[in-house]
Amino acid sequence: MTLLHTRGLTAHYGDFQALFGVDLDLQEGECIAIIGANGAGKTTTLRSISGVLRNRPEAVVFDGEKIGHLPAADIMGRGLVMVPEGRRLFPSLSVEENLSIGTYGRKVSGYWNFDTVTALFPILRERRKSPATALSGGQQQMVAIGRALMSNPRVLLCDEISLGLAPVVIRDIYAAMPQIRESGASVVIVEQDISQALKVADRVYCLMEGRVTLTGRPTELNRDAIHAAYFGVSA
Amino acid sequence: MMWIDTLVQGVLLGGLYALFAAGLSLVFGIMRLVNLAHGDLIVLGAYVILIIVSALGLNPFLAALVALPIMFTIGWVLQRVVLNRVLGEDILPPLLVTFGLSVVIQNALMQGYSADSQRLRPGPIESASLDLGVVTVGVMPLLTFASAVVVIVALNQLFYRTALGRAFRATSDDPVTAQLMGIKPASVFAMATGIAMIVVTIAAMYLGMRANFDPTIGPARLIYAFEAVIIGGLGSLWGTLVGGVIIGVAQTVGAAINLEWQILAGHVAFLVVLAFRPRGLFPRAND
Amino acid sequence: MAQDVTFRVETRTPAARIAGIAALICIVVLFALPAFASRSLIQDLFFILTMLVLAQFWNLLAGYGGLVSVGQQAFVGFGAYAMFGAAILWGLDPVLAIPLAGVAALLLAVPTAFFVFRLQGAYFAIGTWVVAEVVRLSVAQWRAVGGGSGTSLPRDVIGDMLGLALVQDLFGVRAAAARDILAYWLAVILAVLTIGGIYWLLRTKRGLALASVRDNVEAAKSLGVDALRMKWLVFLTSAFGTGVAGALIYLQKGRISPDAAFSVTDWTAIVIFIVVIGGIGTIEGPIIGVLIFFALQSVFAGYGTWYLMLLGAFGIVIMLFAPRGLWGLFSDKTGIQLFPIRRRLIVTGQDGATIREKDNG
Repeated sequence: MTLLHTRGLTAHYGDFQALFGVDLDLQEGECIAIIGANGAGKTTTLRSISGVLRNRPEAVVFDGEKIGHLPAADIMGRGLVMVPEGRRLFPSLSVEENLSIGTYGRKVSGYWNFDTVTALFPILRERRKSPATALSGGQQQMVAIGRALMSNPRVLLCDEISLGLAPVVIRDIYAAMPQIRESGASVVIVEQDISQALKVADRVYCLMEGRVTLTGRPTELNRDAIHAAYFGVSA
Repeated sequence: MMWIDTLVQGVLLGGLYALFAAGLSLVFGIMRLVNLAHGDLIVLGAYVILIIVSALGLNPFLAALVALPIMFTIGWVLQRVVLNRVLGEDILPPLLVTFGLSVVIQNALMQGYSADSQRLRPGPIESASLDLGVVTVGVMPLLTFASAVVVIVALNQLFYRTALGRAFRATSDDPVTAQLMGIKPASVFAMATGIAMIVVTIAAMYLGMRANFDPTIGPARLIYAFEAVIIGGLGSLWGTLVGGVIIGVAQTVGAAINLEWQILAGHVAFLVVLAFRPRGLFPRAND
Repeated sequence: MAQDVTFRVETRTPAARIAGIAALICIVVLFALPAFASRSLIQDLFFILTMLVLAQFWNLLAGYGGLVSVGQQAFVGFGAYAMFGAAILWGLDPVLAIPLAGVAALLLAVPTAFFVFRLQGAYFAIGTWVVAEVVRLSVAQWRAVGGGSGTSLPRDVIGDMLGLALVQDLFGVRAAAARDILAYWLAVILAVLTIGGIYWLLRTKRGLALASVRDNVEAAKSLGVDALRMKWLVFLTSAFGTGVAGALIYLQKGRISPDAAFSVTDWTAIVIFIVVIGGIGTIEGPIIGVLIFFALQSVFAGYGTWYLMLLGAFGIVIMLFAPRGLWGLFSDKTGIQLFPIRRRLIVTGQDGATIREKDNG
């Protein structure tokens, strides 16, 4: 069953149009990856789904409900939760407080709580009292993911979670993906690291200049096709 | 001997100024909004208490308790309906709107209650005093100072020990990400202004019990509050108390030299701090 | 095609040319008015013109310079007191003391700026207010000009005022009425100089730099505009003009007290609402605003301070729903600008076709 789909998603930054009708589908339990070059519209797509950028109501449909026009907080309340690019932890909150923000103002039930999140990322339990910004980049990314998980999301939207991290740290973070999916969350990841995206995703969407240029299962896509979809020219 | 007395009176007066300032500091810390009507809202609070006192025949302390939810609601609605609309990069709209509010409140009170001085009468406690050996202090000033400390402790607890406090800090850090985490800044800000108005009500109660008040005295209270906040360092509540004490001591010392210098001395103390420590005595690292 | 096109940068509009002619006629009429107008009309116009001058200078500060001051009463009061001081202590002719009042306000503005430029945004606003309070309380200690209760201009000083005898002879009026006419003429001159001067300033290169500082300090810096210097320029200019206006206002009143001369309501709050309601960041706005203010005040004259409450409420509504003011609304609808300072690019080399550059004003 389709849990989330976008139809004709558009976005503008002033006079500049960033998205020209993006159609995505996410099945219940699925993990899809959005790849593409810098400026292709990957992050803009996630910002549109998460309500940072507004759309027509029918542009984003979640669980049968039109939500394209809703503000970010309402979309989060429906279970679509973002791990924003650059982590965006709250500097004046400790690690533990950052995690608990995910449950602010709502009753949350499900697999994820402080214990299960810190079981997934044990270092966060050790550093629970530290200011979030005192942590290393990888640990901060774990806080950002944990903060989103604390609300027991139905869809986890991950924006460039490997950006600026060392390969070994990226591996550690992606190692958490299976358990996140097992808990019942569907996942949308935006990745520049194609090989990582192909490894973790069930299906891949490639964006170029605000349009979907290629979709398919990782096993169906070959290098040349991706290259062409990425840059508009074949290798 | 006389100087110790002056100093103690000044410190205790500082408690009143810290109460004026705490609400201003709270709102600024959370949403970077400087409410130019803050002083007039304190005066409005005093009139609300006065109305309750005369309508229900209550003691001002009890009347203030009744006024709390009313003032909270006023603040909440004000933020939801007016102030949330003007928050943003441009500082002009919030300044002008709150300045407009200041003029409206002042003149509405003037129309409703004339320019006559009013007073809240708490009974015998008003003139009661404690002999502390070296100095004799009034019970009211002491109570005011104690209330300021309690208010600051309570606000710090709220800030650092509750979910709402976390939401305040998160929204203040990064409103966009806060929304992604399901926090609605509009509601958080409304709560903040509501809570600030609770502090305003407490300040108003002491203002009204310790001296006469009339519709025009709000702006001067805003200025004392502002000076206390700047001296203490933006966003530091304990710093605000220190700032209030500095203004209070400067005023009583000034008054001891020449009665007409009281207010002037407070302002001069502020300017001196501003000249040498422009970021206040206890600045936050990330401002 | 691009190389065939030549450009010319222009700020004039057809409406502005008509407005220029209308302004000239208006100035002539204003000067001639005392010949046939009643004394109360002259007094009303004096009030309108002086408020307009204050509004123009506040607009220069906040609308163009981004410096939202709520302490302009410091310069009104200080200018007025400087004039009183010079007249009472030195026996200087009050009319000649008016420019001196501007200088006094300018001198006050220097230490003021030293303090308040350390404060950002809203804190700058309250900082200016604190300084105004300090000046008010200090002046109240100045016994020679009446201390806290104030004083009047001495009779002989008023009687010998420059030009007074001339006006008396010209219109055959008594000294009091002649003083009103004299003050009114000075107000007309001041208003014309103010509007003309600000218009000129904004059209110079400096004016463009000013607009860029207001719109984006960082970008302006990267273009080599010294933001702090522009702030100083605007702050000192406004202080001078506000001080001159203050002196003129109290020349006409003849009586001064610290509470009145340093009133935040009269000399700053009302002025701010005039600018906001009319349209901040335009020269036309304060003109519209002052007329609306005067109308409100006249209509509600018998109802205490209701007009102030209405003015404040009106200002709030404008700020919420039409932040560019009434003139902004009108100008957006019609495209009319009487004092155009926005530069437009005119294509001159191609069949008279014109291209409108995006506003940079």
